Amino acid sequence: MDFDVSEEQGLLRDSVERTLADAYPSLETRQARIAAPLGFSEEGWASLAELGVLGLPFAEADGGFGGGPVETMIVMEAIGRTLAVEPYLASAVLGGTALRLGADADQRARLLPGVIDGSLRLALAQTERQSRYDLNDVATTARRAGDGYVLDGQKCVVLNADSAGLLVVSARSAGERRDPHGIGLFLVPADAAGLSVQPYPTQDGGRAAEVSLSGVEVGADAVLGDAQDGLPLLARVVEHGIAALAAEAVGSMEALHALTVEYLKTRKQFGVPVGSFQALQHRAVDMMIALEQARSMALYAAMMVEAPDAAERAAAISSVKVQVNKACRLVGQEAVQLHGGIGMTLEYVGAHHFKRLAMIEYQLGDTPHHLRRVVDAGGLIAA
Amino acid sequence: MDLRFTPEEVAFRDAVRSFCRSEIPAEIRRKVSEGRGLTKDDIVASQRILNAKGWAVPHWPREWGGQDWTPIQRYIYTEELLQAAVPLPQQFNCYMFGPVLATFGSDAQKERFLRRAANLDDWWCQGFSEPGAGSDLASLKTRAVRDGDHYVVDGQKTWTTLGQHADWIFCLVRTDPEAKKQRGISFLLIDMTSPGVTVRPILTLEGRHEVNEVFFDSVRVPVENLVGEENRGWDYAKFLLANERTGIARIGLTKERIARIKRLAKEMPAGDGTMWDDPAFRTRIAEVEIELKALEITQMRVAARQGRADSTQPDPASSLLKIRGSQLQQAATELLVELAGPFALAAPERGAGANDLPGGFDWVDAAAPSYFNNRKVSIYGGSNEIQHNVIAKGVLGL
Repeated sequence: MDFDVSEEQGLLRDSVERTLADAYPSLETRQARIAAPLGFSEEGWASLAELGVLGLPFAEADGGFGGGPVETMIVMEAIGRTLAVEPYLASAVLGGTALRLGADADQRARLLPGVIDGSLRLALAQTERQSRYDLNDVATTARRAGDGYVLDGQKCVVLNADSAGLLVVSARSAGERRDPHGIGLFLVPADAAGLSVQPYPTQDGGRAAEVSLSGVEVGADAVLGDAQDGLPLLARVVEHGIAALAAEAVGSMEALHALTVEYLKTRKQFGVPVGSFQALQHRAVDMMIALEQARSMALYAAMMVEAPDAAERAAAISSVKVQVNKACRLVGQEAVQLHGGIGMTLEYVGAHHFKRLAMIEYQLGDTPHHLRRVVDAGGLIAA
Repeated sequence: MDLRFTPEEVAFRDAVRSFCRSEIPAEIRRKVSEGRGLTKDDIVASQRILNAKGWAVPHWPREWGGQDWTPIQRYIYTEELLQAAVPLPQQFNCYMFGPVLATFGSDAQKERFLRRAANLDDWWCQGFSEPGAGSDLASLKTRAVRDGDHYVVDGQKTWTTLGQHADWIFCLVRTDPEAKKQRGISFLLIDMTSPGVTVRPILTLEGRHEVNEVFFDSVRVPVENLVGEENRGWDYAKFLLANERTGIARIGLTKERIARIKRLAKEMPAGDGTMWDDPAFRTRIAEVEIELKALEITQMRVAARQGRADSTQPDPASSLLKIRGSQLQQAATELLVELAGPFALAAPERGAGANDLPGGFDWVDAAAPSYFNNRKVSIYGGSNEIQHNVIAKGVLGL
């Protein structure tokens, strides 16, 4: 057991933090980046590519850097701390994991160089109007046609779909709508005929889109892994996404807690810093406890996300999301409350952390969803 | 970063696990698991088995029976004992008196007391709290006045846990009434058989005799029983309380309770099935399990850090462990009462035969008492509100 990062990981942390801190010196910079056509700055994306973090999780044989969950955690924490809006989660983590775990040698050779150098961005389209967070609930169809498939259906709230060159789409090649079997992951180029992307901003400064597929033809080389047995792959992609979100949440909560404590020390009322009041001190401590418990769960996610036993891994990752979601809500709400009026204003960076943390709760599974999964697994402790 | 146990740590865990389950009498472990009181003989017997193995006081210096374990090994050891429902080594001897004496005591005191404390040949109790000194411990009033080669002690201690079994009590006493409140306090060892010592039981709300009042009426204590320097007792007490807090999360204990609740839930009828089929109840269990998992990792982070940090300084994270750990211990006892449900009300006399077992369940009568008794864990060792203050000041700088 060793919680220290290695020397290389320490260097990675330093350089990512420095790069993002330079890129996001103020809330105004962030707002300017959000206002850009794709919702982030191409320059910022290029600087992530330059740092090598886009190729971090891929094997060295594929041109990557052979990093693991701890490296992803380091990058996502820094993203959370700075509220960076570049589509690292959508493209590098969700799309990237789908390719890393699902792509065959030809697909890797064809796609990974672009993913690693930043010229090809990815997005994961798994949510549907009725599916909520159930990955097996897929109405979008993939009908066999010749060597390839024809895709029809609607995908909702696809993160950063409007800036992606390639979409990873879950679609049903067999079975009923909620059947775990018969689901495949299909690679769909953004410019494919019959694909339409209607983008919009998200509540937290990001971008998402409604994606409709109408008779979209793809070749046999568009299938990631098995066209009928793709659900385990999709589940693993989402698990990596949750581990990444946990780290992002920790980074954001850490920043927000620090802002709050600083504010308590400087804001004066009744002639004294408000941080001298015990009622506020204890709430700030409860925020810290929630943050540290979430940090432990982000570490747990990094440890468990590559665990070989699928059932054990799923229960662990769901438990992480439950704990992190609860912490997001508590830390976000308390931060606004402890700031008072200023915490309610659009011009205050803390308010933007609050909004991001609030939205993390509803990405890749909310608290009731993941709690149910832990319950269905029989919990974490053997009876 | 590698968050798994090393093969050596796994082997160590397995060794502790199998020792606990094969060597500590099942009857004692059953009582612990069911939250029933242990006799003095139970506690002594269990500790002597551990001590014979060299495992009663592993965190002490090696020359006094300690092991050169890493903080992770110490963590594993404690958790395995708790999960196997083995009584932890008597806490006043092993986690309070021993470490203080080994750090601040004279050679003669160490020679006289430490080995006997490790083997529970002497039973030590703690004389800190007083009727007017709880969370504000430094306001204690028990006086020790020097008279030749003796101190003469007058005053009253309270909440003295298991003082009825004690041979000795380590006390905080005021030796300089003029000094500022923390400054005039000394750490004194008092023989419980001394003339003028009176122990009176306090029954806690569940009806058990666990704590006591101890009165000192002109008790003469040899000067050689002073630990360290006169008027420095507060420093030693702070050292001791930090020790008390580290072990207080009791994650293994809550794990053991949850595992037991799950087993019992499968046998408790409800509707067409059992309580295990009730999603609401299982959700409540899962929420405790998840928070406990987070605390387990937090505890390991603290342990890993202790490996390097100056270990005489308390880690402020220990306050976090105390707060959350106590809340989870209490949550588990609440779940057990909920599981007992209507049977939780029953409080039959034990031993009258199986006929009067409520609903035929042999555990339900102990559920509510355990819940009642566990309200103490957010109060003792520095209440959870005091721990909030400690973090606010020591960590957040508020």
